Amino acid sequence: MSSPAAASTRPTHAKVAASLRRRYRSERLFRAAGLAAVAIGIVFVVFVFYTIIAQGYGAFAQTYLRLEVDYTREVLDPNGTHARADLESADYAALVKGALRAQFPEVTERPELRALYALVSSAAEVQLRERVLANPALVGQRESVWLLAKDQVDLLAKGQVDRRAPEADRNVDDRTIAWFDRLAAGHRVAKRFNVGFFTGGDSREPEQAGVWGAVVGSLLTLVVTLALSFPIGVAAAVYLEEFAPRNRLTDLIEVNINNLAAVPSIVFGLLGLAVFIQFFGLPRSAPLVGGLVLTLMTLPTIIITSRAALKAVPPSIREAALGMGASPVQTVLHHVLPLSLPGMLTGAIIGMARALGESAPLLMIGMVAFVADVPRGLTSAATVLPVQVYLWSNSPERAFVERTSGAIIVLLAFLLVMNAAAVVLRSRFERRW
Amino acid sequence: MQTSSFIVMVLVLGALAYRLARRRALAAVGGPSGIRQLHSLPGYYGLLAAIWCVFPALAVLGAWQVLQERVLVDLVLAHQPGAAAGLTDDQKGLLLNDVRNVVDGSVAAADAPPQVQAAAAEWRRLEGIGRLAGGSLALGVGLAGGLLVWRRVGPQMRARNRVERLVELNLLLCSLLAIATTIGIVVSVLYEALQFFRMVPIGEFLFGLKWSPQMAIRADQVGSSGAFGAVPLFLGTLLISAIAMLIAVPIGLFSAIYLAEYADRRVRAVTKPLLELLAGVPTVVYGFFAALTVGPLLRGAGQAVGLTVASESALAAGLVMGIMIIPFVSSLADDMITAVPRSLRDGAYALGATRSETIRQVVLPAALPGIAGGVLLAVSRAIGETMIVVMAAGLSANLTVNPLQAVTTVTVQIVTLLVGDQEFDSPKTLAAFALGLVLFVVTLGLNIVALQIVRRYREQYE
Repeated sequence: MSSPAAASTRPTHAKVAASLRRRYRSERLFRAAGLAAVAIGIVFVVFVFYTIIAQGYGAFAQTYLRLEVDYTREVLDPNGTHARADLESADYAALVKGALRAQFPEVTERPELRALYALVSSAAEVQLRERVLANPALVGQRESVWLLAKDQVDLLAKGQVDRRAPEADRNVDDRTIAWFDRLAAGHRVAKRFNVGFFTGGDSREPEQAGVWGAVVGSLLTLVVTLALSFPIGVAAAVYLEEFAPRNRLTDLIEVNINNLAAVPSIVFGLLGLAVFIQFFGLPRSAPLVGGLVLTLMTLPTIIITSRAALKAVPPSIREAALGMGASPVQTVLHHVLPLSLPGMLTGAIIGMARALGESAPLLMIGMVAFVADVPRGLTSAATVLPVQVYLWSNSPERAFVERTSGAIIVLLAFLLVMNAAAVVLRSRFERRW
Repeated sequence: MQTSSFIVMVLVLGALAYRLARRRALAAVGGPSGIRQLHSLPGYYGLLAAIWCVFPALAVLGAWQVLQERVLVDLVLAHQPGAAAGLTDDQKGLLLNDVRNVVDGSVAAADAPPQVQAAAAEWRRLEGIGRLAGGSLALGVGLAGGLLVWRRVGPQMRARNRVERLVELNLLLCSLLAIATTIGIVVSVLYEALQFFRMVPIGEFLFGLKWSPQMAIRADQVGSSGAFGAVPLFLGTLLISAIAMLIAVPIGLFSAIYLAEYADRRVRAVTKPLLELLAGVPTVVYGFFAALTVGPLLRGAGQAVGLTVASESALAAGLVMGIMIIPFVSSLADDMITAVPRSLRDGAYALGATRSETIRQVVLPAALPGIAGGVLLAVSRAIGETMIVVMAAGLSANLTVNPLQAVTTVTVQIVTLLVGDQEFDSPKTLAAFALGLVLFVVTLGLNIVALQIVRRYREQYE
């Protein structure tokens, strides 16, 4: 080594060496910041899912009370005719009230009685009516029946009422708690799997509200969406990818599609309201209109993913088909399209999953109405799962919090299944060329 | 007869046309042995006949369905006895509603007044005639279309080319739907918004400081003049979006950097999908989470340190919106970072730079335009996000930038103005469309700029 070179590098070396500690520290800091960001993100994921599941799993169980019901002949069959019409129109609420009075004979005052009757849901009457109609021999008998409890009792049973709080601060008063405790001590309280939650429609009474109506509404809406957006989206993608000449029009279409994919969903709701409902006069709250709006909203996504799937088919396939004398349309329909179909289906499922979770545009077209019946057709009033979540979250009753989380869990389960299907489809049928 | 049975008949007719045209094509060349003399495969002749049979017939059926309703209304009203002739439009509408209810069966016919009953019977009779006529017309058109093709079937007919041209036309029409949607949005929203600006000057709407969209029922009522100054809404939207971006951009960007540059493959394979779970959660779930968990949590935390936090504070909504946007930012940033070519990094390492120096001084500047585009897209999502703010932000329009207070946003107001019963001539309803127009224009502008940036950037390294 020549001395002048060594002399000139030494100060640089010294400089570098002196700065190394600082540089390594900043390296570590930077890395730690990245790790922290990832950790925060994961904490958010866990936090969101934990709170929803912790609040919601209780909705899958429901409290029932065992009461001794006297099927008194005077109430059910006052004329002694045994006529079915009499049994159908009898006052079953009186049976429930009688059973409660028999359980707590010391309650006689009218306001207190009213509070006592509020232990049992109004669905109990229907329950008794069905029992009697199924077995008229019960009239005049006495039997021990599990009856659906009211929402406050349900909250008590699930330990969601803070008993130590002052009475004015909770919505369950002391005497109800006392009655409940007596029932519980007599093994007259039980939690059972909440079948009604999965088979019932919406209700103003939390203990009777179910998600089935919303699930059916969602399914009907999605059927319309899929039936329209998949064929149209695939056709548009095929045109743009395989046939379109490069000109102003196709450029315009492309820019349009990309922009529509980023337009806020609520704007599609405004479009649906102004065009489908106001201009074409289609019915409000109908799955048909919801499906149309969601079709317009998911079309860009489906077109974009379908184009990617078409692009993935190598040109050699097309060239081989053309070389064998197939026309361009035959090439696409017989060869390119079948090969890209799995990719397109994956895209369609993901688009449907997004449509299933969408609620803002559906609020605009009136799918927020209270619909207690399970929708029967494409034009009957309906609501969808995410909107049901929104509706319940607005309800003042404390018990609806649990229902809302339960409905969210159902919604997330559907989304999970759809996304899993997309993953399976992709890994099963994806071809590497 | 029901419309659906006519549709089935049309389809049957189409199938018949297919069979007959195909057979005629084969017969024209003396059976399957002469198939070489045909221009196209026999199926194409059948297809062409079926297309010309089914599509015009369905079009006629559809058009008839739309027109029939209007003609029926006029006819039923015209046939009303003399007393009804002088009805106002409102009364006519009421009468029609009653008639429709009876026709649907949603009101028992026996309960309706005799005039309505008569009208309903008239309606049913005319509807039956109309359906029959429309269906017959459609079948006739289908028959004529099929017959026309069938007669011309011969070895020289270029059936395949014709079918293919129709197929291509169909594909083109499908892709034009995207443009139609945009035009539909612009026209419908603009039309209603212009009506609104006729009642409220556009300057007052864009620059007014007071928003209280109540309209009095009587003119002399207290507070009868609604105020439509949208600045508090714009400010509220920006405030919540800014909070969301303050959360989402650092976390999203740093996690993208970590996952792309530092994490080893296995960590990445687990962590990335886990973070992307956040993107799959419906926004209504975030709204519920914000309103029920985060809002009270922040309120409690505020009380603990002596701050008053509104239970519907901008902070809660912004925070949760930020969480929602994290995966959006991180996956876009990830794309952009991995698009930076390996050679740039190698160059920096060769000069003795540490990893973080390489990232900060080489990779990030190279990826910056793309990341900026991604962030703009994220901003446009935050501005247009609806459910979180509807459920977690307030309704009252406060002109404030204090994140601990409740503010309202453009989307919240659109929802509150439009949900429920509404008439299309009150400024209250139309204001929602004016807000929608602003929202559409702003997000469209952001999207166009952002997509332009992202595209140009992608091309740079491809």
